[in-house]
Amino acid sequence: MDRVDVQQLKSGEVNLGTSIMAVQFKDGVVIGADSRTTTGSYIANRVTDKLTHVHDRIYCCRSGSAADTQAVADIVHYYLQMHAQTTGTPSVHVAASLFQKLCYENKDALSAGIIVAGWDKDGPSVYNIPLGGGLFRQPWAIGGSGSTYVYGYCDATYKDGWGRDETVEFVKNTLALAMSRDGSSGGVIRMCVITEDKVERLFVPGDQLPKFWEGDEVLPTAVAWK
Amino acid sequence: MATSSVYTPAGFNFSNQIRNTFLQERGVPLPKATSTGTTIVGCLFKDGVVLGADTRATEGDIVADKNCEKIHYITDSIRCCGAGTAADTEFTTALISSNMELHGLSTGRKPQVVTAMTMLKQMLFRYQGHVGAALVLGGVDATGPQLFTIHPHGSTDKLPYVTMGSGSLAAMAVFESGWQPNMTRDDALNLVKAAVAAGIFNDLGSGSNIDACIITATHTEMLRNVETPNERVQKERRYVFRRGTTAWKTESVRKLIVNEETTIIGGDAMDTS
Repeated sequence: MDRVDVQQLKSGEVNLGTSIMAVQFKDGVVIGADSRTTTGSYIANRVTDKLTHVHDRIYCCRSGSAADTQAVADIVHYYLQMHAQTTGTPSVHVAASLFQKLCYENKDALSAGIIVAGWDKDGPSVYNIPLGGGLFRQPWAIGGSGSTYVYGYCDATYKDGWGRDETVEFVKNTLALAMSRDGSSGGVIRMCVITEDKVERLFVPGDQLPKFWEGDEVLPTAVAWK
Repeated sequence: MATSSVYTPAGFNFSNQIRNTFLQERGVPLPKATSTGTTIVGCLFKDGVVLGADTRATEGDIVADKNCEKIHYITDSIRCCGAGTAADTEFTTALISSNMELHGLSTGRKPQVVTAMTMLKQMLFRYQGHVGAALVLGGVDATGPQLFTIHPHGSTDKLPYVTMGSGSLAAMAVFESGWQPNMTRDDALNLVKAAVAAGIFNDLGSGSNIDACIITATHTEMLRNVETPNERVQKERRYVFRRGTTAWKTESVRKLIVNEETTIIGGDAMDTS
C-alpha cells in the first residue's frame, strides 16, 4: 500500500483551503482569517468563522479539514473548561500543548494546521502547530494554502514593537494579498484583537478589502482617447 | 473426533479483507453504496425556520421511490433533512431522535438544537465519513431559531440559509438571489419551495414533489407534498388488450386446497396440568 499522504484529504471532505494569521504586539494579539470553506470546487460556506474560541482569552485559527479541526478545537475547549474549574485560568501555552498533543498523537488520521494565540498573565503569545504536530512559539505566524504566497511580504514588513492599529493593518493587508493570489481563500476578512481587557471582533466585507496594484486599464475609454 | 473440515478457529476471520486488498491491487473498484440524489434546503425567517426537501430516492439511475420522506423527526420543535446514503440518514436521525428524547427526560428541559448538532457531528466524526449522511438540521429552542448543516465527515456550519445534496447548487442559486433578512413566514416558505423546485427541475438526482416543514416557537407544521409539480396525467389512449386477443385451446381447473388426513398412532397425551 502507498505511504499515507497527510496533505491528501479524503474524497468529498470539507476543506478549509485557507489563509490564516496571528501576530503578537505589546498589549495582545491580532488573529485573522479569510472566510472560505470548500468541497472540491464548490464553496460550501462563504462567510465561515475560522477564528474559534477555546477559552476567555485564547483563540485558535483553523486550517485543513473542517471536520478534524472542529473536533480538535471542541476537545481542547472542553479540557480548558475543566482546567479553569479545577486549576484556574489556563495559559496560552497549556492550550497550545493540548492542541499539539492531539495533533501529534493522531497525525496519521488528521489534516489540521492550527495557530493558537491569546493573552495570559505572562503577556501575549502566538503558537504555530503545523501538519505533523510540532509546536513553535513565534512573534507572528501564518498558515493555510494562501500563506505560501505571503511569506516574503511578512518577512519584509514585520517589525517589533508595533501598536494595536499597525498590527491590525498588517494582518488585514497580508490576508488580502493571500486571498487575491490563492483560489482556495477568499470572501471576507475576520479578525480578533485579544487583550487583557477584552476580545474585539473586526470584520472587513469582501467589497472593502485593501487593494494593491491590479494592472492598468486594458482599454482606454473612447472619450479619454480622443 | 472432529475432522479438520468441521473445525472453525475462534476469533475474527480476515479472509475477505485479504481478498479485497488483492482485488483493489488488480484495479477492481469497491462496490458503491446506494445514495439518494437529493435537494434539501433550510431557511431562517423572522420567528422560525423553514425546511424543504424533494421526494425522489434513487438507486444509481433508477428512481427507487417517487414519494419518500426526507424530513425526519428529531423532537417536537427540531427536524432534520437527510441527503447521502439513504439508510445512513434514516438510522442516524432515528438514533439521535431517541437520544434527544432521553436527554430531555433526564434534564427536565426542552433540548436545544445545538445539542442535536453536537451529537450528530460527534457520531459522524467517529465514523470518519463512512456513515454517509449529509444533513440540514433546523429548529427553534430557548435561544431562538437555529439552522445548521452537517457534512458526512462531521464538520458543521451555522448559516441563515443552507442547501445540501446533489441539487444544492441549483437551490443555492435561488437563495443567493432571493434571500433577505427578516423575511415573513409566507415569503420564506415561497423561497424554500422555489429553491427545492430548482433542484427538482435542474438536477437529475432530485424530482417528484416538495415537502416543507415550518417550525416556530409555538408550533411545528409538517407540509407533506405541499407542491406536486409532477402529477401523472391521464394517458391519451388506452393500452389494454382486447378480450380474446390470445387464443386458448385447453382449459383445466385445479383445486388449490389440499386435504390432509391425520392418523394418531398410540402414545399418551401430554401432561399439561
